[in-house]
Amino acid sequence: MFHRESGVFKTSYAADMALYPLPIAKWAVAAFAGLFIVIVPLTFGEYYVSILDLILIAVVGALGLNILVGYTGQISIGHGAFMSVGAYTAANLVVHLDAPFWVTIPAGGLMAALIGAVVGIPSLRIKGIYLAIATLAAQLIIEWTINHVPAISGGVQASIQVPRPTFFGTQLKSQTQLYLFLMGFAVLAIVGTSNLVRSRIGRAFIAVRDQDIAAEIIGISTFRYKLLAFAISSFYAGVTGVLYTYYLGIANYEQFQITVSIDYLAMIIIGGLGSILGSIFGAAFVTLLPIVTRWFLESFGGLIFSQADLANIIPNLRLILFGGLIIFFLVVEPEGLNRLWRNIRNYFRVWPFSY
Amino acid sequence: MKSLSRIMMAATTAAAAGLGFSGAGGAEQKEVMIGAQCDHTGPTQIVGVVICPAQQDYMSLINSKGGIEGYKINYNELDNEYKVPPAVEEYERQKGEGAVSMMIYGTPQAQALNQKLQEDKIPGTSPGFGISASADGGRFPFLFPVAATYWSQSAAAVQFIKDKLGGSLKGKKIAYVYYDNPAGHEPLPILEDLQKTEGFELRSFAVPPPGVEMGAQVLDITQRYHPDFVIDHLFGRSPSVAIKEYKRAGFPLSKVIGLVWASAEADIQAAGGWQVAEGYHTLQFAGAGDDYPIRQEIKAMYKAQGKEPPKTMDDTVIYNRGILNAAIHVEAIRNAIKANGGQKPTGTDVKNGFEQIHDFTLDGLVPPLKITPTDHEGGGWVQIFQVHDGKLVKETDWFRGYPDVVAAAVKKAE
Repeated sequence: MFHRESGVFKTSYAADMALYPLPIAKWAVAAFAGLFIVIVPLTFGEYYVSILDLILIAVVGALGLNILVGYTGQISIGHGAFMSVGAYTAANLVVHLDAPFWVTIPAGGLMAALIGAVVGIPSLRIKGIYLAIATLAAQLIIEWTINHVPAISGGVQASIQVPRPTFFGTQLKSQTQLYLFLMGFAVLAIVGTSNLVRSRIGRAFIAVRDQDIAAEIIGISTFRYKLLAFAISSFYAGVTGVLYTYYLGIANYEQFQITVSIDYLAMIIIGGLGSILGSIFGAAFVTLLPIVTRWFLESFGGLIFSQADLANIIPNLRLILFGGLIIFFLVVEPEGLNRLWRNIRNYFRVWPFSY
Repeated sequence: MKSLSRIMMAATTAAAAGLGFSGAGGAEQKEVMIGAQCDHTGPTQIVGVVICPAQQDYMSLINSKGGIEGYKINYNELDNEYKVPPAVEEYERQKGEGAVSMMIYGTPQAQALNQKLQEDKIPGTSPGFGISASADGGRFPFLFPVAATYWSQSAAAVQFIKDKLGGSLKGKKIAYVYYDNPAGHEPLPILEDLQKTEGFELRSFAVPPPGVEMGAQVLDITQRYHPDFVIDHLFGRSPSVAIKEYKRAGFPLSKVIGLVWASAEADIQAAGGWQVAEGYHTLQFAGAGDDYPIRQEIKAMYKAQGKEPPKTMDDTVIYNRGILNAAIHVEAIRNAIKANGGQKPTGTDVKNGFEQIHDFTLDGLVPPLKITPTDHEGGGWVQIFQVHDGKLVKETDWFRGYPDVVAAAVKKAE
């Protein structure tokens, strides 16, 4: 936020480790929480809440991928598939055992974590583009497996209908109810990640990212922490998959194909690698950009094109605009939206007394 | 957010007025909204670039004739790039704007939206794709396949092959070439059932998406398996690749039948033209060709505006499917408005309107559908056309293949 930090003297380790060093930061976070948890669902229309729902789901996935890519410096093009692992685990639990969401969500996450850790094994020997190819293989193998094993996919259609989650006896149906449900998990993911990255594990991740040989020399087991990063990151992906399943009412692997993995990578690269706020910005940006560009074209496209052609032109123009804006933002600030936000904040922090 | 959208609306209106559009001036126009998803981009754009304009053309035609029972159609079309989350977002938007019926686009999208349609009580159509079991109106009350599902299509293909091979399939060999995704797998249970009852030999050949390289499969079929007939269930670019490869392998295309998404003029042209595809059988759920009065009406509408009819109309197979989808929505809304005495229909009214559709054939473009509360497929009618002398020639009239077998499968899917 825009508050100033002069006169802050930390006298204990606890104060130094605190998430929010100043009371004003706590108040700001509380205000934001109030805004999004109380005011937004009460005032926004159902359509806008449904967009926020998609963003919330994306936030969880983007945070998970950022733990792996941004904090630990490994790469994964298999996150779409890890989501489908979570989705099908949950769907099978619901269909066969009638499991409630507080069982299926951790179960989906754990299953994805297990598979993610296995997929992460190549990361012990290879890095960068080679690791990307190895995880790409995982994406294809998981897709193929789901497509061809009816015991997992529930039949040739490879899709399993899942009823909406029940919360203390009420089935969550409306977009606003689902919003609050998803918000709970998004908050858990945000708090969980911010605590993770300032813990011993998070510092180990960062050490591995910066130089894994050096990390090993100072006593960090790269074997353990690389696989742990894959497992934790895949856990988030699995939870994302379960949330998608509950939100859409169906588990279907066709919605977790490679384009999804790429979309999530785009989110964290645009948002900012190795930053929590960046993951949130990126998730919102990638989800909103197509909607906003379409809205813009619908509003102003009529100035250039005839109204009759507009329906056929908008979808194509939207893709061009989408790609163009991503290039634009990355050229303006290669370190992502998070850095852009920090620049703005730092400017206003000393405003109007900047030298 | 709300006030922002109001500002944008105002800006839009101002922009439209500035360009000379008269806008929504005059008396309050009675309107009914149809929400459509249709992809000009993404993996299915080869179909979308023809089918979306067809739907738009039919809607403008109806509007130019005064709309449905005095209601103007507000036809809203959005592109989901064949992705599920945008499909959900667009559905919510169209629902919020008051759509009383939805045109779904894509099989995973149909599956994802099915539950929402039920919750919101808005009927949606998935012609020629979607969930085969949704023919059962009892279990899928708001989802209407309206055209032959993959199960009906494959059963009809087997029926056709049986007639072609002299009335018996005992000991014959059929190859089933399919796109290796859920839509491609869907006909398999029906084919396996029929294999048992009809006593033919069935071997299936998977083509991994996107299916632009299938020389190995075709060689396997033509040089090793030597089938009596081949069923192609392919999408996108792959049907044309298949036709080309059969030709190269010297396999007669008169022994190949393509299911509905392997059946368009564009596929034949991409395969190297009509000469190459001579003899190829195509299965259709809407009439193919230019010989339908409704197409002449659309052309006349363009002429009246001083414009040439668009080139997309030349791809008659896909274009006519767009007309079919649009026309069934219009007919359902007409039934709904008639039934409630001219009131603005709700989603449930339109659902009932769909369930009253029968004897609505648009002079042969639409099959003799009979949609009922229990049968949302309307019978599962198809026609077979053969490539002959540079055009698609009708080989059979509307027919259904093994309706009892398909009905049993729909029942068993519960």
